[in-house]
Amino acid sequence: MGRYIARRLLLTIPVLIGASFLIFAMVYALPGDPIRALAGDRPLSEAVQAQLRAEYNLDDPLWLQYLKYVGGLLQGDFGTDFSGRAVLDTIEQRLPVTARLALAAVIFEALIGLTAGILAGIRRGSFFDNLVLVTTTLIVSVPVFVLGFVAQYVFGLRLGLFPTSGIGEGWYSYVLPGLVLASLSLAYVARLTRTSLAENLRQDYVRTARAKGLKPAVVIGKHTLRNSLIPVVTFIGADIGALMGGAIVTETIFNIPGLGRAVYDSVLRQEGAVVVGIVTLFVFFYIFFNLVVDILYALLDPRIRYD
Amino acid sequence: MTERPPTDRATGLATPEHGTDQPRTERAEATLEAEVAGSPAIEEASLWSDAWRSLRRNPFFLVGALLLAVFLVMAAFPQLFTSVDPRSCDLARSAEGPSGSAWFGYDVQGCDYYANVVHGARVSVTIGFLAMLGTLALGIVIGSLAGYHGGWIDSVLARVTDIFYGLPLILGAFILLSVLPERGVLEVALALVVFGWMTSMRLVRSTVVSVKEADYVQAARALGAPTRRILVRHILPNAIAPVLVYSTIYIGTLIAAEATLTFLGIGLQLPEISWGLQINSAQTRLRDAAHLIFFPSIFLSLTVLSFILIGDALRDALDPKLR
Amino acid sequence: MITTSSAMSHPAPLPAPLPGTPVLEVEDLSVEFRTPKGVVRAVNGISYEVHPGETVAILGESGSGKSVSVQAVMGILDSPPGFVTGGRVLFEGRDLLGASAEEQRAVRGPGMSMIFQDALSSLNPVFTVGHQIAEMFRAHLGTSRKEAKEAAIELLDRVRIPAARERVNAYPHQFSGGMRQRVMIAMALALNPRVLIADEPTTALDVTVQAQIMELLKDLQRDTGMGLLLITHDLGVVNEVADRVLVMYAGNVVETGTVDEVFSDPSHPYTEGLMASVPAVEDKGKRLQPIVGTPPDLSRIPSGCPFHPRCPRRVLEGAPPGRNCRDDVPLLLPVGSIGRASACHYREEVLRARRTGTPA
Ligand SMILES: Nc1ncnc2c1ncn2[C@@H]1O[C@H](COP(=O)(O)OP(=O)(O)OP(=O)(O)O)[C@@H](O)[C@H]1O
Ligand code: SF4
Ligand SMILES: [Mg+2]
Repeated sequence: MGRYIARRLLLTIPVLIGASFLIFAMVYALPGDPIRALAGDRPLSEAVQAQLRAEYNLDDPLWLQYLKYVGGLLQGDFGTDFSGRAVLDTIEQRLPVTARLALAAVIFEALIGLTAGILAGIRRGSFFDNLVLVTTTLIVSVPVFVLGFVAQYVFGLRLGLFPTSGIGEGWYSYVLPGLVLASLSLAYVARLTRTSLAENLRQDYVRTARAKGLKPAVVIGKHTLRNSLIPVVTFIGADIGALMGGAIVTETIFNIPGLGRAVYDSVLRQEGAVVVGIVTLFVFFYIFFNLVVDILYALLDPRIRYD
Repeated sequence: MTERPPTDRATGLATPEHGTDQPRTERAEATLEAEVAGSPAIEEASLWSDAWRSLRRNPFFLVGALLLAVFLVMAAFPQLFTSVDPRSCDLARSAEGPSGSAWFGYDVQGCDYYANVVHGARVSVTIGFLAMLGTLALGIVIGSLAGYHGGWIDSVLARVTDIFYGLPLILGAFILLSVLPERGVLEVALALVVFGWMTSMRLVRSTVVSVKEADYVQAARALGAPTRRILVRHILPNAIAPVLVYSTIYIGTLIAAEATLTFLGIGLQLPEISWGLQINSAQTRLRDAAHLIFFPSIFLSLTVLSFILIGDALRDALDPKLR
Repeated sequence: MITTSSAMSHPAPLPAPLPGTPVLEVEDLSVEFRTPKGVVRAVNGISYEVHPGETVAILGESGSGKSVSVQAVMGILDSPPGFVTGGRVLFEGRDLLGASAEEQRAVRGPGMSMIFQDALSSLNPVFTVGHQIAEMFRAHLGTSRKEAKEAAIELLDRVRIPAARERVNAYPHQFSGGMRQRVMIAMALALNPRVLIADEPTTALDVTVQAQIMELLKDLQRDTGMGLLLITHDLGVVNEVADRVLVMYAGNVVETGTVDEVFSDPSHPYTEGLMASVPAVEDKGKRLQPIVGTPPDLSRIPSGCPFHPRCPRRVLEGAPPGRNCRDDVPLLLPVGSIGRASACHYREEVLRARRTGTPA
């Protein structure tokens, strides 16, 4: 197990390097001049421009810029934005917001998705099963930002139940955005649970459980559900990382000062350092949670051996 | 070493195996690497006639097909739906609500909204198909490379795939588009291809691998037929069902992604007529002119829905295991 | 030794049967599957009895309804699509099909038990074998966790799994095929059932392991006096262990009798075919004669005698009244000695023909 984890960790390094270089290259190598963008309409003197270029290593070849950047990263230096603020500061301030949003989303995803999926899977073809099927299809079809507006309009403006903007009301502020961020995953979890459960109900060992004279609740609750939930639990786990990276739309619509919103703002302002720093962090989380899930999987399923 | 069987977000289907040790849940993509990928040759005509029979009786498919037909015609011939010029506007009517003479009301500029929404279908559908074709092309090239050669080429390509999986579709495309000087239909489609080819690659790769390892191919090889020719002959019939299912659903995803990017202000630009732009320019008017968000959203969602309905129905019809 | 006192003795809820009652009686049992493609009539009115200590074998081609019929008896049919459409299943004289779900459940385990062909897929992969065996005691007798585990170890020992005390904590995938089937047997025998149904218990195993498992089953049966209902394709096994045999074709019993009678002197052309399709030791080198044709589609069972399209002895033209193989359904009727029966219009002729050496 230890060796497996070590091997996995080792394999994530090239992926992390590759992904961060990809982002770095996109932000710094492609056309578009960050200095010009920063200046906007104000004319900058040649001298000021040159000074800025030097400060941000913009005259080095791309690979050298990247190496310098990674060198900084390894010392905990994510660079600074154009106003001189450390990117790490921004991250430290905004990460908790995004983490809370992702947590709210995962809770909704698990609670609603699992419940719906289990009830549908147990009674395949029932009214509830069809309801879940139709509802999840609709949810998957409506783009997240549209869903955001619908939620704001219905629950915020019309019913006045939840705040629709900002995080001024504590956990309460995270309900709507959390639901919206969770929506797609929630639909998948419901469907995944449903198919997984239905598949497991057909397994031979479920028939054995019935042949053993176990109560129906035990046959389903213990001998079917446990196995069916393995893929679902791992899906949800891996999704935490993905949700954080996916928060850009939700945070923008709900005006939530998290990392996604920061990426959005910095991309529009061409704040390369902030974009690269935060998106690299997203990739890191994504990889990290996938790793966690692979380990979790080994704990849940004894057939998996890591040697 | 046994691996955690990967699951895809689309419908809880297992994804095909692909090397080892990759993170393999993906976000932002209603994709599907259908289970059918690994199943034996789907050559029998009976599969298709069976599928067609079950499709014809599937109400979801019929609804999806009807919707799709409407939106395809709308994209090709918007004049059939409205004779009003979407660009003739009257500021005096800015943001007026729906009425008998203007079903969807007027937008902020005072243009007839129904005409605008109808004309918005074209770019959405165009980008959806363009990006899909690009994705497939890239997926076929990279996937067959990896599947056919195997070995280190496969490993490297698997890592590259991982790298791209690490970046969500919207986020990646968002950054890429932000640095492009021009942002038209082609650029948006390109950005979606660059960050969305991975699933189609795995789909193709797993088909190539399964065909390569199939008994009849091994047998043919033992008889001296060149592998490459056998593969080319057998991959198409094997890949067509999963690719068809995947593409159909994925077009819906791409259309939604384009609208999202445009809505975020980084996709298509004015004076293009698109649903994303319409929603974007109305986003601050949710309180007083909700119809400006409502109508393009409905059209957009119904278009996506039509592809997903058809794709889901196709999958159920083509995958005998789920029948 | 808690086991002899609590776990190994009969659990309380099952009353002792009257002496001489068969442990299992199946009367006119019918099962059908209602599928989108039509109704599959998998079992069509079969009857048989199993007495304590007796071994009854069910024989028949693949798809003849053997598994489905015993699943219906066990009450573990997948429903939908499977439905029992008629008949009775009497366990020690009590009708199970009419009983409540709860009563049926209470019989499964202490009364009737079942083992399956594929022990790997029939054991739950995420629980240890000890847990799965102990579950029998815990669910039916309310035994404490610790005692149940001790009982499980004892059972593993009894089915001759070496180092039972260590192996009890292993997972099914960590056992070999033969050992896994022993685990299944241990689990099925945990509560000393009065009848054990074994659906092809050795088909998935190596030949040498097959023999060991059959020997184990025989020994355990002798120790406990349980009835054994055995489904197998292995005529050799049937010959060795079974007392009586049922031959099934297209969801019907077409012949029944003692193993000796049926094997040495079949009274149904299908049984004749079955016997001719296996190489007898003395016939080594002779060509096998497989039964021509394919088993019928159970959603479209042929008229008259279901076997007639394949039967070498069928009589279609000029048949005596009521004995046209295509039009008249042959009932399972006595033939030869007491207890024998055959569902063939020409059962007497089949017997006589062979005795006089007349070719078919
Ligand atoms: N779930 C089901 N749905 C529809 N038909 C079924 C189902 N299960 C079994 N059948 C049908 O019932 C018939 C009898 O099947 P059964 O499994 O009893 O055969 P068997 O005699 O045990 O064969 P084998 O020797 O291969 O185990 C088969 O023709 C099969 O098609
Ligand atoms: S009834 Fe006729 S067809 Fe059926 S087994 Fe007897 S001889 Fe053959
Ligand atoms: Mg069977």
